[in-house]
Amino acid sequence: MSTQTAAIDISKIVRVVPRNRNIELMLLLFAMGINAYELAQIQLSTIAILTWDLLSYWAPLAVASLLLHLLLRFRAREADSLILPAAMLLNGLGVAEIYRLDLAAIANGGTELFGMKQVIWTVVAIVAAAAVIWFIPSHLFLRRYVYISMVIGLVLLISPMLPFIGKTINGAHLWLAIGGLTFQPGELAKIALTVFFAGYLVTRRDSLAVVGPKFLGLQLPRARELGPILAIWAVSLLVLVGERDLGTSLLYFGLFLVMIYVATGRAIYVTVGLGMFFTSAFLASRLMDYVSGRFDAWLNPFDSAHYDAIGGSYQLVQGIFGMAHGSVIGTGLGGGVPQLVPLAESDFIIASLGEELGLAGIFAILGIYLLIVARGARIAFNHNDDFSKLLAIGLSFVIALQTFIVIGGVTRVVPLTGLTTPLLAAGGSSLLANWIIIGLLLRISDSAKSGGSR
Amino acid sequence: MNRELKRVTTVIIAMFAALLISSSVIQVLTADSLAQDPRNVRAVYDSYKTQRGAILVDGEPIAYSRNSDDNFHYTRVYSSQMYSAITGFFSFFQGATGLESALNSYLTGKNSTQFFEQINALLSGNPLTGAAVELTIDPVVQKAAWDAMGNLKGAVVAIEPSTGNILAMVSKPGFDANLLAAHNGTNSGESYAKLLNDKNSPLVNKAISGTLYAPGSVFKILVASAAFESGKWTPESTLPNPVRFKLPGTNTYIQNSGEGKCGGKSTVSIADALKLSCNIPFAQLGIALGQDAIRAQAEKFGFGQAIETPLRSTASTYPKNMDDAQLGLSSFGQFDDRVTPLQIAMISAAIANGGKLMKPNLIENVQSANLSSLFAPSPSEFSTPVSPSTADKVKKMMVAAVASGVSSNGAIKGVSVAGKTGTAQNGKGEPYTLWFTGFAPANNPKVAIAVVIEDGGGMGQAGRGNTLAAPVASKVMQAVLRK
Repeated sequence: MSTQTAAIDISKIVRVVPRNRNIELMLLLFAMGINAYELAQIQLSTIAILTWDLLSYWAPLAVASLLLHLLLRFRAREADSLILPAAMLLNGLGVAEIYRLDLAAIANGGTELFGMKQVIWTVVAIVAAAAVIWFIPSHLFLRRYVYISMVIGLVLLISPMLPFIGKTINGAHLWLAIGGLTFQPGELAKIALTVFFAGYLVTRRDSLAVVGPKFLGLQLPRARELGPILAIWAVSLLVLVGERDLGTSLLYFGLFLVMIYVATGRAIYVTVGLGMFFTSAFLASRLMDYVSGRFDAWLNPFDSAHYDAIGGSYQLVQGIFGMAHGSVIGTGLGGGVPQLVPLAESDFIIASLGEELGLAGIFAILGIYLLIVARGARIAFNHNDDFSKLLAIGLSFVIALQTFIVIGGVTRVVPLTGLTTPLLAAGGSSLLANWIIIGLLLRISDSAKSGGSR
Repeated sequence: MNRELKRVTTVIIAMFAALLISSSVIQVLTADSLAQDPRNVRAVYDSYKTQRGAILVDGEPIAYSRNSDDNFHYTRVYSSQMYSAITGFFSFFQGATGLESALNSYLTGKNSTQFFEQINALLSGNPLTGAAVELTIDPVVQKAAWDAMGNLKGAVVAIEPSTGNILAMVSKPGFDANLLAAHNGTNSGESYAKLLNDKNSPLVNKAISGTLYAPGSVFKILVASAAFESGKWTPESTLPNPVRFKLPGTNTYIQNSGEGKCGGKSTVSIADALKLSCNIPFAQLGIALGQDAIRAQAEKFGFGQAIETPLRSTASTYPKNMDDAQLGLSSFGQFDDRVTPLQIAMISAAIANGGKLMKPNLIENVQSANLSSLFAPSPSEFSTPVSPSTADKVKKMMVAAVASGVSSNGAIKGVSVAGKTGTAQNGKGEPYTLWFTGFAPANNPKVAIAVVIEDGGGMGQAGRGNTLAAPVASKVMQAVLRK
């Protein structure tokens, strides 16, 4: 490196770094303002007065995110400036809508405060994201733990199928119940598995990319390279059968396919992989009652046979009615009746928001997700080393795919599954996992800007 | 690797585009049809969200919406069963009837005349408020009619002849509309089923609808009007006066209600036949007039039309293609003549108003939440069924019927009352339907009235229009005249 370029680098750092974090601060304050407005509107339209409760839903998020911002100023000065405010915007909106549904439930004699739980989990999750930034000086450090990640990921993924601690909620075996706490380990598994895929594919990409025999005009991979893809497929099939959730199964398999494609540049993996996945999903839809019920409800939700069936399309249809009721501009926060939809605060939070914020709100929410994912993809572009690229695109894609599967499930693009809407839906495990992903993306972006891999 | 990253980015954008499209389809393209799905209760919740306007009588609400703390936002409250026939009910589970249904668009603020308020509500974010409706009903007259009917089953309609304004409309028994406005589906459903199965049909507004009634002798006013309008008859024209009359083409004989002659002479005038309410002279008069002339007269009075006040009435009917025997029977209000009390009141109102029938109307004023008047119907002419001279002739005969005839119990001390009773048969062994119609004061009519009492007033075939219906009418007319 010549003295001249070093000088330019230094001048860049001196000029750019504070500006970066200052933009973040401004946007963060903006997100907090929006959040306060949402909470105020909800109180005014449901209980007609502003109470101090508003602060207890607003301040913890505001303080936690400001502290994370301060930490970034010291520990990751060049980290991406848009991801944190965007995540806060979604998280705050989620807390507000869950609080709104609590108020509706309280009016009908309910006592549970899902909104307050969500606030506490958000603080825990932001602390976890801060810990990632604080304790992991560089994401490259994660490369040392590739196989440990694999073991952790598989254990987390399979644990709900274990007797005694596994718990079935709404027909899917996605939960762990320890003491009074329930936890969805699959949410954390996606991080561990992304780290594993990135590390594994970086080392194996050259051999995986070698061209195998040609069949019907398709360049097939060599037979022995099919091993890993078969293994992952088997795991996803196990998840589908054992946990009875198509969404979780699709999430991990889709993540793997995208990462192997990025690593090898071979589209054949995607073609073969998707073929295998859809074949098995189709068979499952024929052979497993639970999955076939979900399929029928997806294809003909308005049929009274499916609508009236237990575990049928009632929830899906009520969610669609809610969104239709919201129309273009929505009823306004607190103005609709999203509580008519079962699980309006978790699985169907997007239908609740669609009803109250309308199509305009849905577009805005999708825009914010897309912003986070696009920043993640940009981080992947900006890095020069393959591990960073793979990790960044993997983490971004897992958010994108999960958003697609959940919102697609509610709006009938795909069958409804048991996944949660990242950062919006009520649920501690999901918040924790997604904030750790946000933390990792911030960590990776910091080293990208400061001159590639260190 | 960047080439692959770009492709993955494209896939991500495609996934989000799919979500944008799917949510647009739901929230815009198919939103209207989804809103109409009967399983979607949100549209109904919406109709509860606007504060429904009140229905007022003399400024006092007889139906209004009060805040409630549930999903419905508002509860509909009804002040008294006295008005149940007019207001009908507004129920989440059973829909709406009466004015609640007829005026729904005004009451919910969705009427096209409320366009600017709708825009204003949309822009300001304030909820839309429905319009209030002031009725022409006079609470004193309404109460007099309700009380005078007591436990009798039937209906009362009182009209101001010069304007067509309805002063009272009572249907007995009434019902408690609050039961149906309940927000609990089970309670509301049970109340509804009970009312629906009640053999006294409380949910039916008997003043304008239901199975309709045979008019009996009150129909003679109409036949006499048709006779005078033809120019061939006057009140003094005479008809043969036998003790019994064989219906043409049959072996059936009919009799007058006293089972004797109508007066002591060999002939009887139309005036005396009406005063004494004799059947044989009117059967002969009807056959001589012909059914076409009578039907034309009936239609001018409103037969064959569903009259909207804006409560929609069932059309009264005069039978078609009758033979002479049937024509004879129908000429004194039997056979298949079927009428609403409103229709009978309209006949009296037309006679009272010099032959000009004013359109019957319940609406004084529809007022938006910001107190501007949206709709205030001015009195309008419905038709001119008879000439002033015919009206005058019929009036004089009706005055005589009360003063010195068989409709005597309609009398009011110190006031000249025109009136006609009716006691209609409903088939062998069935209790009679009892009637009174008329107006007062005869020289300057303030009120025209029709009273019907079902089921012989509980007296089977012993009940008479003059003993039961006429006193009710007298009390209601007095309530008007005392003002």
